[in-house]
Amino acid sequence: MRLETIIAGVMVASLVLYALLGGADYGGGVWDLFAFGKRAREQRVLIAEAIGPVWEANHVWLILVIVILFTAFPPAFATIATALHIPITLLLIGIVLRGTSFTFRSHDVQRDDVQRRWSLVFSIASIITPVLLGIILGAIASGTIRVENGVLSTGFFRSWLAPFPFAVGFFALALFAFLAAVYLTLETQVRELQEDFRARGLVAGVAVGLLALIVFVLAEKGAPTVRAGISRTWWALGLHIFTAVFATGAFYALWTKKYRLARVCAASQVTLILLGWAFAQFPNLVEPDITITSAAAPPITLELLLIALVLGAVLLFPSYYYLFRIFKTPQSGTRTQ
Amino acid sequence: MDDLLAARSQMAMSLAFHIIFAAIGIAMPFLMIIAEWRWLRTKDEIYLTLAKRWAKGAAILFAVGAVSGTVLSFELGLLWPNFMGYAGSIIGMPFSLEGFAFFTEAIFLGIYLYGWKRVPPRAHLFAGAMVALSGALSGIFVVIANAWMNAPTGFRIVDGKPVDIDPIAAMMNPAAFPQTLHMTLAAYAATGFVVAGIHAFMLLRDPHNRFHKAALAIALVVGGTTAILQPLSGDLLAKSVAKTQPVKLAAFEGQFQTEQGAPLRIGGIPDETAGVTRYAIEVPYGLSYLAYGDPSATVKGLNDFRRGELPPVAVVHVAFQVMVACGVAMMFIALWSAWRYVRARRKETWLESKWFLRALVAGGSLGFVAIETGWVVTEVGRQPWIIHGVMRTSEAVTPMPGLIIPFITFTLLYIFLAVITVWLLLRQVAASPQAPEPIAKEARLAA
Repeated sequence: MRLETIIAGVMVASLVLYALLGGADYGGGVWDLFAFGKRAREQRVLIAEAIGPVWEANHVWLILVIVILFTAFPPAFATIATALHIPITLLLIGIVLRGTSFTFRSHDVQRDDVQRRWSLVFSIASIITPVLLGIILGAIASGTIRVENGVLSTGFFRSWLAPFPFAVGFFALALFAFLAAVYLTLETQVRELQEDFRARGLVAGVAVGLLALIVFVLAEKGAPTVRAGISRTWWALGLHIFTAVFATGAFYALWTKKYRLARVCAASQVTLILLGWAFAQFPNLVEPDITITSAAAPPITLELLLIALVLGAVLLFPSYYYLFRIFKTPQSGTRTQ
Repeated sequence: MDDLLAARSQMAMSLAFHIIFAAIGIAMPFLMIIAEWRWLRTKDEIYLTLAKRWAKGAAILFAVGAVSGTVLSFELGLLWPNFMGYAGSIIGMPFSLEGFAFFTEAIFLGIYLYGWKRVPPRAHLFAGAMVALSGALSGIFVVIANAWMNAPTGFRIVDGKPVDIDPIAAMMNPAAFPQTLHMTLAAYAATGFVVAGIHAFMLLRDPHNRFHKAALAIALVVGGTTAILQPLSGDLLAKSVAKTQPVKLAAFEGQFQTEQGAPLRIGGIPDETAGVTRYAIEVPYGLSYLAYGDPSATVKGLNDFRRGELPPVAVVHVAFQVMVACGVAMMFIALWSAWRYVRARRKETWLESKWFLRALVAGGSLGFVAIETGWVVTEVGRQPWIIHGVMRTSEAVTPMPGLIIPFITFTLLYIFLAVITVWLLLRQVAASPQAPEPIAKEARLAA
């Protein structure tokens, strides 16, 4: 396999991990907004405790994606950052407001009105940011970012201000909310709270299904080459079958309250969706003009980057595992007191 | 405001904002683990309280630092896509390493801030040490990338394109060592001084509070030691600038004429149209000696560089003077502290002087003034280049029109964040502890 393909693979893997971990933190924000009923307060506390120790670390997956992109594929980064200047700027505002409002809420006066105000900023930013992330990915896949003689020819609006990227945006939001609800069922021992998030997970699961359908239909005009990749190639059928199996599995497991199974299925489902997109777009980095190979940095940069990624992973994963073991093993928790 | 100026303003504002949180993110964990280590050694609860209080304040600053840092990594592409397209493969390496350092920092920060009751004390201290170490490494990697923009190495240019790229050589550029040393020391000195200033202020109101004395002592040791070392690293950096960017050095000093045995100018206002620096105190032969180690060395003046390649001299000179003045003042405060400590008969009295505490309060913000002006010196001093001698800032900017809109948006956003952050920190400082507080309740509210 070519070096640049391996590195592109690592980039996709980082994006998948960002979706599975960072994405769920955004999903937590969604459920903060939709916390209602007599346990609304407990729901919010649970979400905050689940996100608190890990969100900053989970957020770094996105930084890693960006850093790999601009080190290994500089022209692709330059093109994306130029064509999608507006949605990326809005994404950044969302990222800033989400992170800071969450922290400010923890440290501000514990009076209800003050807390509610920060909650509102936090949860709205948690909803807008995934939508923008989806819009950006949808625009990259759409084939409407065109480069002629090294110059962007399609302007600053056309590629993302379209039905397809927006559908992808809402699809991303639904997926993140779904993941968060499934994960949250395992963050508490309190049966009622588990039930609350089980119900939310089922609703989000239905939304995921509907939006997947909308995205697929809109892709016919909105992202024709990627859709062709998803619907016609030999591996696509297998991928669809597996995605469907996991989607059904996640839904079934939630229905029957097998929360651990639901978590595995939901995470696998999201992973396969992202991999399906990546494979369908391969070997294009930005549809249709920039390929992995055409944008790749010289081999020496790629080699050193790969070494850094391997060494970094060796250091990173044990620490990351340690973090999750400390905060995500139920028996060590005092969190529902 | 044209788009280039708007882009530069947005970048400058984002950096000026982020650098405060970044510097605190480097140094604050170090202060926290010293306090925690003292607690483990002495079992004196006051140090535990201190570590926890500092961690609580730092949590807010870390979060703002993490998100404003994210903004910057995107802004490299949003504002300077041609720069990133050109330089990404050469200088992406330290950014990638920084990514991992940031990752380690964020992971152990989570453990540190939320793990007081979940991990054993030594593991907790270890987590703090990892935050301190990876925070410092993050800063070093980013500054290496900036140093490369000042002294680009590790490639050749053929037909306007970089070839023979060597990312390791790019990282080992001649400005890398002096710049990272200078910035790392600056982070500890500035943070140490600001923390010392806050606790000195509280001691003036409550002179026998052991908590604030303990805090002040730790902050002064860290801030003072680095403040005494900083002028040496500054000298090293200036000598490196003299070699790699002589035009920048001339701008530092407002040196318009090429001169043998050039004087060191203290203060003064450069008049760029007349080509002279007025009202400066001149130390004969000072500049030649400091820059080249030889009092009779020739310093090339601004007039002998090409017109279109000069930075805005007045801004750079004045910023440089302010930075140096702050640094020197900090050094004297640090020496005064050391002298007071050595001279004190009973060690607990060395912090009991109203004038000394007042000086610490007055000097509290000097380090951050020096950091801000120092970045003005290095960034404005590099103009009109984004990569010194290779790419102009105007060639790097995005074709995106209307850049004033994101500039204003981010400015308002950051003003808002700054106000809230300061307000929340003031509230925490005002709640001065007399005795160890009930931590359990606090931790739960913080979660």
